[in-house]
Amino acid sequence: MNPVVGIAAFVAVTLATAAIGFYGLRISRTTGDFYVASRTVPPWWNASAIGGEYLSAASFLGVAGLILLSGTDALWFPVGYTAGYLMLLLFVAAPLRRSGAYTIPDFTESRLDSKAVRRVTSLIVVMVGWLYIVPQLHGAALTIRITTGLPSWVGSVAVVVVVCLTVVAGGMRSITFVQAFQYWLKLTALAVPVIFMLLVLAGTGATPLAEPVTNPTGLPSAGLYQNMSLLVALLFGTLGLPHVLVRFYTNPDGQSARRTTLIVLGLLSVFYLFPTAYGLAGRMFAPDLAQSGQADALVLLLPGRLIGGTAGDLLSALVVAGAFAAFLSTTSGLVVSLAGVISQDVLGGSVRGFRVAALISAAVPLAFAFSTDSLALAGSVGLVFAFTASTLCPVLLLGIWWRGLTDAGAIAGMVTGAVLCGGAMVAGAIFGSAATPFWLAQPAAWSVPAAFAVMVLASRATRSRVPSTTSRVMTRLHTPERPLETVRQTAERQSVQGQSSER
Amino acid sequence: MPDSPLYTVAAIAVIALTIAVVVGVGLKVLRSFRELGSDAERATYKTLHAASRAGQHLRTGLTPSGAAKASRQLRSLLGCEALAITDTSGVLAWDGGAEELKPHLMARAADVLTGGRTAVVPAGELLTVEAAAQAGASSKGRNRVKNNDIEATELAAVIAPIKAGGRVVGAVAAFAPSAGSGLVRATGEVAEWVATQVELAELDASRTLLMEAEVRALRAQISPHFIYNSLNAIASFINTDPVRARELVVEFADFTRYSFRRHGDFTTLAEELRCIDRYLLLERARFGDRVQVSLQIAPEVLSTVIPFLSLQPLVENAVRHGLEAKEGPGHISLTAHDSGAFAEVTIEDDGVGMDPDELRSMLAGHTDGDHVGLRNVDARLRQVYGEDNGLVIETAPGEGTLITMRIPKSQPHHDA
Repeated sequence: MNPVVGIAAFVAVTLATAAIGFYGLRISRTTGDFYVASRTVPPWWNASAIGGEYLSAASFLGVAGLILLSGTDALWFPVGYTAGYLMLLLFVAAPLRRSGAYTIPDFTESRLDSKAVRRVTSLIVVMVGWLYIVPQLHGAALTIRITTGLPSWVGSVAVVVVVCLTVVAGGMRSITFVQAFQYWLKLTALAVPVIFMLLVLAGTGATPLAEPVTNPTGLPSAGLYQNMSLLVALLFGTLGLPHVLVRFYTNPDGQSARRTTLIVLGLLSVFYLFPTAYGLAGRMFAPDLAQSGQADALVLLLPGRLIGGTAGDLLSALVVAGAFAAFLSTTSGLVVSLAGVISQDVLGGSVRGFRVAALISAAVPLAFAFSTDSLALAGSVGLVFAFTASTLCPVLLLGIWWRGLTDAGAIAGMVTGAVLCGGAMVAGAIFGSAATPFWLAQPAAWSVPAAFAVMVLASRATRSRVPSTTSRVMTRLHTPERPLETVRQTAERQSVQGQSSER
Repeated sequence: MPDSPLYTVAAIAVIALTIAVVVGVGLKVLRSFRELGSDAERATYKTLHAASRAGQHLRTGLTPSGAAKASRQLRSLLGCEALAITDTSGVLAWDGGAEELKPHLMARAADVLTGGRTAVVPAGELLTVEAAAQAGASSKGRNRVKNNDIEATELAAVIAPIKAGGRVVGAVAAFAPSAGSGLVRATGEVAEWVATQVELAELDASRTLLMEAEVRALRAQISPHFIYNSLNAIASFINTDPVRARELVVEFADFTRYSFRRHGDFTTLAEELRCIDRYLLLERARFGDRVQVSLQIAPEVLSTVIPFLSLQPLVENAVRHGLEAKEGPGHISLTAHDSGAFAEVTIEDDGVGMDPDELRSMLAGHTDGDHVGLRNVDARLRQVYGEDNGLVIETAPGEGTLITMRIPKSQPHHDA
């Protein structure tokens, strides 16, 4: 592939992101425009932003790669990634918005009235965020290596530098615009090449190298347990993702938070059609990528292979741009939320503290990314979901829906989940993939129930510690707000009431 | 399943865990290396440490949960078999053995609670006659005090009153095999110390009340000048442009309705901006095109909760000090955007500016300037969000003014 293409695409995405970040807010000069400027973010817009922030390297590159490797079993990934939002819609979105808390540590602190819970939650949020950034950087490294031939560390460093610069320079002032733009960019970057490829294939009548059902590597496929465990991880893991939950704060009330989630479901469903198409096309026309261990690069390489020449270069550039949009948006979203947590809990919440925290939260995963090596992006993100599902998800769900939760119970449950799931990850690393028993490779199926059970039992055992503020907080979480009405309407209603009461 | 992701994530987890363990162990080691000092120093340290630990638990006053935790520390301080804390109506906390004495304590403490004098109950007299007989009978069997072999009937008690603010609010009871004068004096001191903590708790409570009252008193009010000027401006339109005059009256009504509302000390940024819009509309009726406003609002921060009427006085300040005192058109720009866990709002005007020193002394409350609105907002912000989150004002005479306000987005305890 022409190396200029990759670099040009990266630069273009970076510039567009920075430009929207800095100048995305519209300046209004007249009071007439005022209402336009001050209107809250419409749900579909916010939904695009959530989609933009959520669709990471795992979705953009990893899913297609996994479908190439393991066929229909890999479809559980997009299903789980999307269905997690159903759980979010049903159980978390509206109450969390009503809580007025901006981050998960804020929520647990106010719900359980305990500083200790806050510290434990913050620690876990930071760990989750770091674990989640690492695959993004691996994806960037892979993309740079494949498309430009430069050493792979250039990709990770470039993403970290761009994210740090924009965050530190205050370039995330209009983060909703930026992320919404990224979603549509990612969708276009995947959809347009697919359509072109289909047209070309239909026109030339190219013969596939293999049947879509043939497994290119001959590795055994995942069993029922692995798939179920993965699904548990993805369904419950979505509930605790720090960068996604922060977006819900942009909604003005609980009802619009629900509507937003519904639209996100639709947007994600549409998006995942395309990685699936890439995966299947890859099985037919590029099975050699799976054999050479480059499955994650499938999305980047396929357009160039099927459509040569300038058209192929242009389509490749589009895909590369989309891939970098994925790395940049997810990484910057995570860095912003991590920096918020770190600066508030460690550095006192000043502007300077936020900048320092942003640098820390980007530099640490960069070091991790250098010291590790990964290709199967969807898989490693899946493990992060398992970790989130075993730690943050129980405390959110029980915190919102169970009055009996206590601070001691929450801490015990989170620590249990972290130790079990983290321990399984470590054990998997020590044994190596071949020797790892299947139940250790996918820990969610037992670590999530264990975390829930410990949380409930420990709360029961420490019943006297149920905070006295429980009733008040629960009322706030679950009472629907009065629908937002314009002040004029209120005035009219009140004047009518005033008249009737005078009579 | 592919192997590398497991490996990656696991490696990262190992590194993270290692760092956590190293940091934790390092802190422990550092702590243990500290100079421990002589025996007397250590004894002082131990006593004060126990007292301060107990003090933390008593900072909310005499509550069952706080008293339970404090009694553990106090028992180790006195070195007695059991220690109880009561209020005037019942036993709040019991630490140590001999729990079978618990039902009888209030009867013995009644004199102390009414008389306010320390009482000593010698060994064997703690239980009423029939209860003693019962206890004696059962103690032959299995009902012995845990951990040691002293029977409850053989314990003496020292009951000292907790006197806070001149009245008895409870009692501290210490149980030991013999009630020597040492124990009596120590128990009396502990009771007095508890009383001090209770008084501190009351002080805390009244300070909170005071703060709430202060916030309520500081609740901004719209300036009388503005009402007068607006009505005059509207009056001038009644003959020339009755339609506009009517619209302005309606706007004025809406504006006053918002500013006079009684409920809630908080509102959302969106509502406050709506109020500012009305305010500017009315000012525009007076100044015409001399007021130029530009806005740059990030939609993410619109639902941020802010103190009620905390922005409008700043805009009013910009209009009054930026425009009224100046020839020609004046420009006010208002921005609001995301800044990490905060929402940042800025108000800038290109008016006559202020003298920084004068402003400083005015904000500190030393002088009464015409910037009372600013001082009010600043005081409220500090009151609600802490000393670090007051207004940041950049200004110089003739150079205009830039006011920056930072509001934490997360306010689970404040309802808009």
